[in-house]
Amino acid sequence: MDWINAILQGILLGGLYALFAAGLSLMFGVMRFVNVAHGDFIVISAYGALIVVAATGVHPLWATFVVVPGMALLGYVGQRILLNRTLGEDILPPLLVTFGFSIIIQNVLLEVFSADSQKLQAGWMETASIPINQSISIGVMPLLIFASALIVIAGLQAFFYKTSLGRVLRATSDDQDTVRLMGANNAKIFGYATAIASAVVGIAGVYLAMRTNFDPSVGPARLLFAFEAVIIGGLGNLWGTLAGGIILGVAQAIGAQIDPGFQILAGHLAFLILLVVKPQGLFPKMKG
Amino acid sequence: MTCAKTGFIDRRTLIKTGLASAALTSSLSFTRRAHAADGMIRIGFVSPKTGPLAAFAESDEYILAGIAAAFKEGLTIDGSTYGVEVIVKDSQSNPNRAADVAAELILEDEVNLMVVSSTPETTNPVSDQCEINGVPCISTVAPWQPWFFTRGGEPETGFEYTYHFFWGLEDVISVFTEMWGQLATSKVVGGMFPNDGDGNAWGHPELGFPRPLAAQGYNLIDPGRYQNLSDDFSAQISAFKNDGADIVTGVMIPPDFTTFWTQSRQQGFTPKIASMGKAILFPVVVEQLGDAGHNLSSEVWWTPNHPFASSVTGQSAGQVATGYTEATGRQWTQPIGFAHALFEVAADALARSGDPTDYDKVRGALAETQLDTVVGRVDFSSGPVPNVSKTPLVGGQWRLGGDFKYDMVVTANGNASDVPTGGSMEAIS
Repeated sequence: MDWINAILQGILLGGLYALFAAGLSLMFGVMRFVNVAHGDFIVISAYGALIVVAATGVHPLWATFVVVPGMALLGYVGQRILLNRTLGEDILPPLLVTFGFSIIIQNVLLEVFSADSQKLQAGWMETASIPINQSISIGVMPLLIFASALIVIAGLQAFFYKTSLGRVLRATSDDQDTVRLMGANNAKIFGYATAIASAVVGIAGVYLAMRTNFDPSVGPARLLFAFEAVIIGGLGNLWGTLAGGIILGVAQAIGAQIDPGFQILAGHLAFLILLVVKPQGLFPKMKG
Repeated sequence: MTCAKTGFIDRRTLIKTGLASAALTSSLSFTRRAHAADGMIRIGFVSPKTGPLAAFAESDEYILAGIAAAFKEGLTIDGSTYGVEVIVKDSQSNPNRAADVAAELILEDEVNLMVVSSTPETTNPVSDQCEINGVPCISTVAPWQPWFFTRGGEPETGFEYTYHFFWGLEDVISVFTEMWGQLATSKVVGGMFPNDGDGNAWGHPELGFPRPLAAQGYNLIDPGRYQNLSDDFSAQISAFKNDGADIVTGVMIPPDFTTFWTQSRQQGFTPKIASMGKAILFPVVVEQLGDAGHNLSSEVWWTPNHPFASSVTGQSAGQVATGYTEATGRQWTQPIGFAHALFEVAADALARSGDPTDYDKVRGALAETQLDTVVGRVDFSSGPVPNVSKTPLVGGQWRLGGDFKYDMVVTANGNASDVPTGGSMEAIS
């Protein structure tokens, strides 16, 4: 029974990892752009939610309605003004710029918000759970996070395959130069892609803030699992990212059940094994 | 890339240290003194102002302002008056950086005395630099075992230039068991020890919790060392639940404790006592648990109710804490008292040295310290090992209510009966 509970908790945790990873996956999928500051962007949105809650006193979930558009706007502007200039044949400049971003963001947050660890209080929701039996119960928060991950990814998928902007984004992902020949403005498209990715980052940030304590320096630790989820699932494949998150979460839960020392290691091992067996990831993006 | 950078810093430090040793050796025939022709005493202070440990350094500015005011007229030593300048450097919560800035303070600023605070990650590299360079150093806010043994201290000989005051693991164990003894429990204890310096020390089968707890009839369930910043603790929780644990203990970082505590409640695990080191040190963290922080317990190094006063300003512990709240609008935290005491011990040693520019005279005065500070008596001749002085440790619970959302109530004072208790242990409901 403990094992079943562990696996169940692992699956729910996978939803959180998938939320952390979806933005990263999307930016890489469209722009071949690896955002090293992704974890710090999540922390920014957590602080954004903190400001909204502190200013209005609403439940943290409502803060999503401010943070998500706010982050999307920030993402769009940041991409147009700064990140677009780093894109080109060389993959190093975006890496270096976002690496620098990561350091700048951490220190600005430290200066503005101090080193205090922060958390948003979700009230009854935090500790509420649905007991299945003596040893299995499903927390309401983890379930909500998992459901959000499903909705976000289903929504992004629908957007990519059912709308014309989605089509352009997919085309850009396949062949940037040809899309430009067809009259699309790459700079603008990249801006939209980052805006969407940042909106997802906004959701991830609100959940991070509700789930546990965060402080200015906690971002990079969140980046690693996001990277692994993206790579396990296959670069640029959104459902793959969810699968990657779940595999990571379940591997960690099973590892912890054997010995808590194996918890994180088991996740990394699952990642390594998949990298050896399927270097393209489980669901590499379909060509076409 | 990180590795290369770290290597670079280390090499640079090494070269500097090497040069310094060479420079020092050449002048060894004379008394070694720091540059102080301008009648200024320089105290170097390394503190983690940024990075994950920054919460420890939050009271620095308040403490330094108080010290600067106290020494506005200078410090009179053996008839001459010296100005006092404290040079603060940020360790960025990084041990390599801490060693680097310590070397800068020693070699470029030529400090007469070094003080350092906040966790072994800061105290140890700075103490090591001082020991190598023969500069007297006072450190605090790290249990003495990781400061002494991790640096290769030998209980017979100790160190030459580096001194430390704080409490030790044995005190935490006795404080925790004293608190647990006040309530009727199953005597089954769940242990949450991470795979880091603290977690390995606390969970060490011989030197940590397991042996003394077994001796007192407690059954410690230790599922194993987990990694910091884990997102899921269901394995530990189900182990504790299956074995009927009434008590949880450990030394967790705040985000992990919040994850663990929230998940425990989701999974229906409700221990009567939770005695946690580190995680609930700062009141802001407890506040963020909402009402779920009520009656969490931890070791308590210092409170405004400690019956001690500053030897420099004469302020009582309560006045030092109230001053901080007035200056910043924030609740007092435990490191405040120790940051203040650090400068008390420094000023006392300098004053008794006869010649503050002479490293060896300052060291000699430091070794003979017998001073009543705002955190208790500091006496390096009475410690468990040379160079260490133990300050009293008590235990307490965070309770809702009072001036701030949570107040710390001392519930166990077996180690330090002069510290008043504010109540007895209450079970977590």
